[in-house]
Amino acid sequence: MSDKILELKNVSKIYGSLKALADINLSVNAGDWLSIMGPSGSGKTTMINIIGCMDTPSLGNVILDGVDISKENAANLTRIRRNKIGLIFQQFHLISYLTAVENVMVAQYYHSMPDEEEAMEALAKVGLQDRAHHLPAQLSGGEQQRVCIARALINSPQILLGDEPTGNLDEENEAIVVDIFRRLHDEGVTIIIVTHDPEVGDVAQRKIILEHGKIVNDIDQSATFGEALKLRN
Amino acid sequence: MENKQRKGSRKTFYLKMVSGSLIRRASRLIIAVLAIAIGATILSGLVTIYYDIPEQLGREFRSYGANLIVLPRGEAKITRDSLKSLENLIGANKIVGMAPYRYQTVKINEQPYIIAGTDLAQAQKNSPFWYIEGKWGDSSDINAVMVGHEIAQTLNLKLGDTFMIQGVKYGEQAEASGQNLSAIENQKRDTARQNFHKNLKVCGIVSTGGAEEGFIFVDVDMLDDLIGDTFRADVIECSVVADANELSLISNKIEKEIPALQPRAVRRLTQSQDIVLGKLQALVLLVTVIVLIITMISVYTTMMAMVAERKREIALKKALGAENKLVMSELLGEGVLLGVIGGAVGVFLGFEFALRVSLNVFGRGINFQWILIPITIAVFVAITVAASIIPVRKVMDIHPAIVLKGE
Repeated sequence: MSDKILELKNVSKIYGSLKALADINLSVNAGDWLSIMGPSGSGKTTMINIIGCMDTPSLGNVILDGVDISKENAANLTRIRRNKIGLIFQQFHLISYLTAVENVMVAQYYHSMPDEEEAMEALAKVGLQDRAHHLPAQLSGGEQQRVCIARALINSPQILLGDEPTGNLDEENEAIVVDIFRRLHDEGVTIIIVTHDPEVGDVAQRKIILEHGKIVNDIDQSATFGEALKLRN
Repeated sequence: MENKQRKGSRKTFYLKMVSGSLIRRASRLIIAVLAIAIGATILSGLVTIYYDIPEQLGREFRSYGANLIVLPRGEAKITRDSLKSLENLIGANKIVGMAPYRYQTVKINEQPYIIAGTDLAQAQKNSPFWYIEGKWGDSSDINAVMVGHEIAQTLNLKLGDTFMIQGVKYGEQAEASGQNLSAIENQKRDTARQNFHKNLKVCGIVSTGGAEEGFIFVDVDMLDDLIGDTFRADVIECSVVADANELSLISNKIEKEIPALQPRAVRRLTQSQDIVLGKLQALVLLVTVIVLIITMISVYTTMMAMVAERKREIALKKALGAENKLVMSELLGEGVLLGVIGGAVGVFLGFEFALRVSLNVFGRGINFQWILIPITIAVFVAITVAASIIPVRKVMDIHPAIVLKGE
């Protein structure tokens, strides 16, 4: 696969005198697994917010699936995000009063129609079909993150976007989540993940390093991609 | 068909989210429900009292005497048929008391006095404020009568004393005593066919501070028999549960449907009644409005707190692609459900509240107004929605990227 699903052209984000992102150029092909790394304040979150249609760049263009979204208003960005992006959060952000399957169905509800059968299938994909009717408080951190992944996947997004998806997990659960990403990647899902964790960053097909809002390194890990996964497993 | 089912499932999921939020977060929302329920309790209670006050106080006012006097038109007297028609026209449920009076001049110790024949049981209902030394007369002992305090003093009558009344029968001519006749001949004239005489026993002495103290009150049937006539009343005193407008309507109806009768509302009483009722109702209305405003403020602050507390949840929904209006409709849905629950609880508590007020203040129970259930619920749903509008609009200011990163 070599179709460009995402392209950032000379993207900058400026807050007053601070340049959170400075003239970023980045292309991501459909089916790629990209990790974004860098120290705190390097612009990782700003970049992921722009890619996830939760923010707009001050300068430059963001082309998502062939459409320039850099000048869209909030309502359009919401619609685009709903249709094209699946979000995974460090803090999981499940709705406390809904069960696991209902949390997945929420994303369907805002997208189109809730369908419990499909939601159960998504939970089965992350190995949680037996915990479908539990409330978030009754689930472990790893289980909550898997529900979050199922929710992100339910509407078949073009990009799965994770902001520190393993940041709140222990090693065992981190391995489970990374394994899920690997399977999704095998299925052709485009994955972009922001992480602090070098081990999680290393398992991606490609890794970019941000510093002071600039890409300082763009590493193709295709050669070691399979090896890193084998080592983890 | 499939589309219809899908629409149905969207609605079902909406309801599931709204009800799930309320049920599974019950402990957090109990304050909101409580605020609405208390407001609804006071509102439905006060509305019950508001509509019951005229009935309750109207009956209280009936203790101050008749409010409708019915006279015969022209020289004729009131017949029993007219009395019956009057009773039917006003309606038994509105009549507290209806006492016909027939006045007859009699002599006691050769001095003239007025005897009033009436239905004593009805007169008692009309005039519970009369002070009676002894007891009210009744139809079981027709010779036991009540005398006014003034007469009792003049004739030096005490309870249990007997006295004789004399007079000329109805339609007969009196034959004057002749100065040149002997006492025996004069006595014969007095006891002749055209005259009547009867011994009566004092069972009660009436003190009212009014004209009643100058009358002797007897059973009207006994008086009719005594004077040898059928029922012919000079006046009917009615105590009717009605305000000035209703009395005016009743009066018009009487004039139209029973031409032989001439109704006169006792304005002094009806006007005072209306003034007191009007002021009380205005007071209740004012308190109700204040309660509604306080409830609204309470719901507003609760919803504000709820939106602030659920900022992250709202941000998440927006991040998942929910439009502002969809998230707002969910919060308003919760408000509507809160209004329904609080309103429903309040209706029943409000009735209990109104019942206790009524029993303690008026000494009477009240009827449950079923119409209050939908009205109270509708009012509180409207209040909750109105009070939620500003807090819910805060949803628009929530930026998912900022809120969800804010750990």
